[in-house]
Parts: sequence; C-alpha cells; structure tokens
Amino acid sequence: MFLQQLINGIALGSTYALIALGYTMVYGIITLINFAHGEIYMVGAFVGLYATTILKVNYLVAILIAMVVCMLLGMFIERIAYRPLRKSSRLSALISAIGVSIFLSTLAQMLFGANAKGYPEGVFPVKQITIGSAEISTLQLLIIAISALLMISLEFIVHKTKIGKAMRATSEDYNTAALMGINVNMVISFTFALGSSLAAAGGVLVGLLFNAVSFNMGLMAGLKAFAAAVLGGIGSIPGAMLGGLLLGVTEVAGVAFGFSSYRDAIAFAILVLVLLVKPTGLLGRKIQKKV
Amino acid sequence: MAILELNNVTIRFGGLLAVNDVNLKVEEGTIQALIGPNGAGKSTLFNLITGIYTPTSGTISFKGKPVSGVSTHRIAAAGVGRTFQNIRLFTDLTVLDNVLIGAHSRGKWNLAGALMKLSPWVQKEEGELLDLARECLQMVDLTYRAFELSGNLPYGEQRRLEIARALALKPAIILLDEPAAGMNPQEKSELMAMIKRIRATGVTVFLVEHDMKFVMGISDRIAVLDYGEKIAEGAPEEIRLNPKVIEAYLGKGAADAHA
Amino acid sequence: MADFLQQQLGYINPYYLQIIVNIGIGIILALALNVVTGLTGQLSLGHAAFMSIGAFTSAVITIKFGIPFTYNLLLTGFITAAVAALIGLPILRLTGDYLAICTLGFAEIVKVLFLNLDITNKALGLSVPAANTTIPMPVVVWIVVLLTIVSVTCIHNSRFGRALMAVRGDEIAAEAMGINVTRYKVQSFAIGAFIAGVGGGLYAHFMGYINPSDFGFLKSVDILSMVVLGGLGSITGSVIGATILSAAPEFLRFMANYRMLVYGCLLVCMMIFRPNGLMGGISFTDIVLRTLGRKPRLKIIMEQKKSGT
Repeated sequence: MFLQQLINGIALGSTYALIALGYTMVYGIITLINFAHGEIYMVGAFVGLYATTILKVNYLVAILIAMVVCMLLGMFIERIAYRPLRKSSRLSALISAIGVSIFLSTLAQMLFGANAKGYPEGVFPVKQITIGSAEISTLQLLIIAISALLMISLEFIVHKTKIGKAMRATSEDYNTAALMGINVNMVISFTFALGSSLAAAGGVLVGLLFNAVSFNMGLMAGLKAFAAAVLGGIGSIPGAMLGGLLLGVTEVAGVAFGFSSYRDAIAFAILVLVLLVKPTGLLGRKIQKKV
Repeated sequence: MAILELNNVTIRFGGLLAVNDVNLKVEEGTIQALIGPNGAGKSTLFNLITGIYTPTSGTISFKGKPVSGVSTHRIAAAGVGRTFQNIRLFTDLTVLDNVLIGAHSRGKWNLAGALMKLSPWVQKEEGELLDLARECLQMVDLTYRAFELSGNLPYGEQRRLEIARALALKPAIILLDEPAAGMNPQEKSELMAMIKRIRATGVTVFLVEHDMKFVMGISDRIAVLDYGEKIAEGAPEEIRLNPKVIEAYLGKGAADAHA
Repeated sequence: MADFLQQQLGYINPYYLQIIVNIGIGIILALALNVVTGLTGQLSLGHAAFMSIGAFTSAVITIKFGIPFTYNLLLTGFITAAVAALIGLPILRLTGDYLAICTLGFAEIVKVLFLNLDITNKALGLSVPAANTTIPMPVVVWIVVLLTIVSVTCIHNSRFGRALMAVRGDEIAAEAMGINVTRYKVQSFAIGAFIAGVGGGLYAHFMGYINPSDFGFLKSVDILSMVVLGGLGSITGSVIGATILSAAPEFLRFMANYRMLVYGCLLVCMMIFRPNGLMGGISFTDIVLRTLGRKPRLKIIMEQKKSGT
C-alpha cells in the first residue's frame, strides 16, 4: 500500500517537477514569477492532444511537437510581455504575467471549449506491472523515465555547455554578465525556451496520465508547481526536482489519508508553510541583503 | 559623553569576517569620520549601528542603552538618523513628502488620526510636522524644491534631500554614508558648511567618506578601518601621518617612502 | 423616508439599477485593493477571498441573528479585518512576488474551505435573505461608496498614508525613518480586508445568492484590473476603473466571451504603455483647483511659513 502510494506520488511529482523547473529557472535569471508558465503547460497538453488525434503521431513525437511549439510560445511571451518591463518594477512585470496567463487560458477556453478532452485510446497502451504489493502502470514508468531523462539533459545543459554557463552567470549577476559580453537577451530567451519545453512535456504526460485536458488545468498545476519550486528552493534546479517529487508524494499521501476534497489546498498549505518557516526552501541559498 | 559606543563588535557573513573586534566611542556633539579602503566594512558598521544587521558578538550602545537586537525602526525613533551609500529616496513622492516621512517618529496619529483629519488635535500635529519639515529643508537649502518629485532632482540635491530627511527625525546622531560621493568641489564645500551647521545645532555627526580633503576639513576625530579592523584613530593630523593608514590606502611602498 | 426612496428608485429601470449597484460594489472593492496594492505596494492577488469571507459572514449573520444591517456590515468588516491581520502577520514579511503568490494560495484555500463547510452550504451556495434595513439596497451601497471614498482619501493625505507610501517606496529606508514596516503592512492589509468584507456583505445581500466559486482567482483579477486601469494609488483612478470595468460588460454583452481576453491584454498593455493607469499620477484635486485658479492648500501653507508667519 505504502509502495503503491509512493509510486503514484513519484509519477505525479515528476510532472510537477517538470513544470517547477521552468519557474525556478526563470525566477533565478530575471527574478520574475512567470505566471503564464502554467498556461504554457496547458498549451503543451493540447498540442500533444491534437498531435495524436489529428496528426495521428505516436506519443513520443507528440511530446516533441508540444515541446517545440511551447518553446516558441515561451520565447514569444518573454519578448512581448516581459522584456519591455525588465527595467520596471517587479509589480509591473508580475501584473503583466498575470495578464498573459488570463489571456491564454481564456483563448484556450474559446478555442477548445470548456469541457475536458481525453487523449485517444491506444496512444499509449497501458499495462500493469506488479512489484511486490504494488502495481505500477507502464504509463507511470514512462512518465518517470521521460521526466528523469529530461531533467538529466537539463543538468547537462546547465553545467556542461557554454550556454549553460552563460545562464548561470546571468542568474548570479545580470549586469556583470552583460558587461562580460554575454548576450543577456539571448540567454534569457533560451531559459524561457528550455523551461517552456519542459512544461510542455509535463503537459502531455499529465494528459496521458489523467486522460483529461482542459483550458483551466494551467492555473492549478502552475500554482502547485510553483509551490514545489519554492519548497525545493526557488532558483535551484535540483531543488525544483526535489520539491516536485515531494509535493507529488505529499499530495497522494494526503488523498490516501482521506483529505481528498482538500487535495488542491495541500499544495498551498505547503507553500505558505515553507515561506513562513524557511523561505529559501530546502536547497536554496540564503541571500544576504546588501544595503 | 560618548553618545555611541561600539565594544568588540564583530560580524561574520558565512565565512567572511566583515567587521572584526571593533571598538569605537563617538563623543556627543562632534563630527566623527570613518575612513578606509573600499570593502573595509564601513557601511557594514553603519548597518550594525542602525540594526539592519545584528553583530555576531560584541555590543553597541546608543546613549548608554544597548542597540544590538533592537529593530531598526526603534533605533531610528530613538534618535539615530542616517543616509545611504546608494541614495534611497522615495522617488515617486515629492521632496516635502520625503522629509515629512523622515519626521514620522515625531508624530503619533495613525489610522484614527487619518480618519479624524479635520479635528484640531490632528491638524495641530500636521502643522508641527510641516514646520519641522520646512526647517530641515531650509537647513539643506532645498525649500524651493519642496513640491518637486524627488526622483527628478539632480544628484547633488538628492543627496542633500536625504540629509534633510534624516534631520527630520530630530536625531541625536546622524550617520552619513558617503554624503559627498559624486559631488563637484563647489557642492562639497557647501556640504562641509552644511555639516558644520548641523553640528552647531547639537547633533552628533558620524560620517563615512572617501574624499580625504573633505574628511580632514571637517572632522574632529577620525577612525580608520581596514579589512574589518580598526587600524588607527585620532585627530586628523595624527591620522594623516600614520604609516599604517598610508599603507592601507597606498601600499607598503608608499608607507616606507613616507616614513 | 425609506418609502420615498423606494418609490423614487422604482422609476429607474431595474436593469440599469443593477448596473449602478454593481459599479458601486466594484468601486468599494477597487478602493479596498488600492489601499493594499496601490498605496502600500503589496500585491494582493487573493483579494476576492476577503470579499468572500465578508459575503458569507454577513449572510450568516443575517440568517442566524438578523441584526440591523449597519451593525451587520460593521461586524462583517471587523471579522474580515481580523482574519486578514492573522494571515498578514506571518506572510507580510515576504517580499513582493512571494507575497502575491501566498495571497493567491490563501484565496484558493478559502475557496476550497467554503466549498466544504456546512455553514456555507458547501458547493450549493447560500441563499441570502433580505437585509435588515428599511433603506433600499442601492442607496445603502452608494452611501458606503461615499464613506469609503472619503475614508480612503483621508488615509492618503495623512501621516498614516505617508508611512504606507514609504513602505511602498523603499522598506529599508522606511525602517530607517522609524516606521515599523511590518506593523503598517498588516494594518493596511486589515483595512483593505475590512473594506472588501463590507463590499462582500453588500454584494451578498443585493444578489440574494452567493457561491464560493464566485470569488475565485478570476474575481481577484477583476478587481486588480480595475485598480490597474485607473492607476495604482489613485483614488479617482479606482473609481473610474471600477466604473468602466463594471459597466462595460453590460454594454458590451456581445463581446461577453472576449471579456477576459480583453482584461488579459489590458493588464499587459497598461503595464507596458501606461503603468500609472488612466490617471497616471495626475491628482484629481490638483486639476479641480487649477481650473478654479486656486493654489493647492499645502503650497499656500509652505509659502506662509517661508515668509516667516
């Protein structure tokens, strides 16, 4: 029973981790909570849906298509809604982000209707594998595998490539990085692209997992993923991964203990608790304010 | 009487020892300067005195009462005014509003007062705060700018405004963090006269500055910080000839050459 | 008196009357948020939660106790403010972005809570009986609107208001001026909640039926849009913004589906092109006085003092 819930939690948590990574990377680099990130995840889910139903591609290709589309979407949003506000107050950027989020979810509602849609049968043939007393579906395995693969790739990009180094430099000190000749705009666009593509993958995977895609899935998932990012330590990539997994497991545990109607509130409770007790999260760095 | 006393004050930021066992007494009614190379810990010391940082060890007392662990706003209300190295004005508010905010601790009416705005006792307090603000603006010669947005002021005037704002606290001591930074010689000499005027009103001045001529020109006593430690203290003439000070600023070669 | 008013109101087309009342409630909510976000600079993304708490509290008071409406509203306001102070104390120590998300989280928790409690009738919503007052509701609403405008204006131009603006401008500098930043933040949060709670109570009794889902994130965005449109920190702006955004949906019925699309674009465009809102830093009293050819009172006082009166 415990093992079962743990597996369920890890699978769910992996999807939160994928979304949380986008939040944490963007926050680390331009100190903005990309409110629209949840909507990008939602768009990814829909793109995956239409890729499998209309283009009739297999699920892996669907994930790739979703990632590419959302990569472009994320970069576009950054360019028109956030970049002009980079010199403005954080309040302005945050309000703009909210505006984008509202716009996207309403657009989705208009284009796709208010009802949840399901992924077609047979996109991913689900089989159950028994491990001890637990049953793990091949879908859950897929989710965990793909999430792990993407996260490892991300770590590789961030730590072993030149652009990754540029990302880390920019997130440490924006102005100095620019003075060192780093094309900061390009680095930021790249960060958005990476984060958005991960969220898109998360969207498709969740769509397959719950077999429900709707216009308003972005808000809730986005907030939960943000809670996960904060839990792990905002700005920390390993933190987002850890936070996502922990959140997934906690949520599943909460439901198992009978709090299912308060399921959504669990993430917020964690968020508020973390912010009150240890705002830098589990793996975040303590930043000393310079006066 | 020492209005400000630092006893064995130390602060550590992780592995970095920013201020190391500093002892300092600031006499009431004097102009005390704190100099030292960049990164010596001067602003950190100010932040310790105003309660933004808490010392890892050691004590700071103001007018005989301990300051460590007391919140910044209580220290300010007790009579410690300050300006900041990187100007921190309320840029979206007028010059007058900035100074009125400085006078905040001289008033007491809060929400109730706001709702009873037209009552005689609240009006009286507003009048007093306005009087105080006008005096402070006159002290720094900025009355003619009272209704300008503080963000629109030229740099030198912004620095003066920060001083006026700190004076509105009616402080016993005012901490000036690099008040002459970025000013031209004319502005600096006006500033020197202004600071002397402030001392004449009985306010103790404790300032951090890099301009040697400026510091020598107005200070009663100078303390020198290097790598977080106090390496010298005394009257301006003594400090000027002190080999350790010269070495800290210019390196060993210059110190030897001077000896 | 009450009958006379009722009779006069009877001449107005009920459809327009509803719009007028909605505008009134919108203004109250916008002014509430303006105190917290415009004046004190704390972005509250969950202000609809206070409206919700106010609505349900007020409704339950009428259902269970039936006390006169004025006391009902006052009690509702204080209860909502108390909740805000309780929540605010821990979370207002956070910086801007985190605070915003926290308020959003709080609003969601409130919504989920109300959808599951018996006293709020869970997901079925609550039917609200008529308010215990002889004065017709539209008049009550607009009396509250006027009181709110006067109160908030008084707050703006006072030592208290200046302290809030200092907190908005630079918290560290504000502390150095002797301002207890946390205390003022919590107080402003409580005031914003009080007003929103009263607005919620009015809304509940005017509508006659309330459901926790009415007060979700979208409602908070509604209120935020009104304040942003008018200009953060501007009272006249909030009034104008609330009027436009409360009335517009009615006159633009054909565009109903596009409403949130427009709001989304509005928020982005306002921030990029006119971050100070429609009123953009222009003071209403200044305009009026200048038209009348008179100098603002403060300038007169300062000049008097200069000449040494």
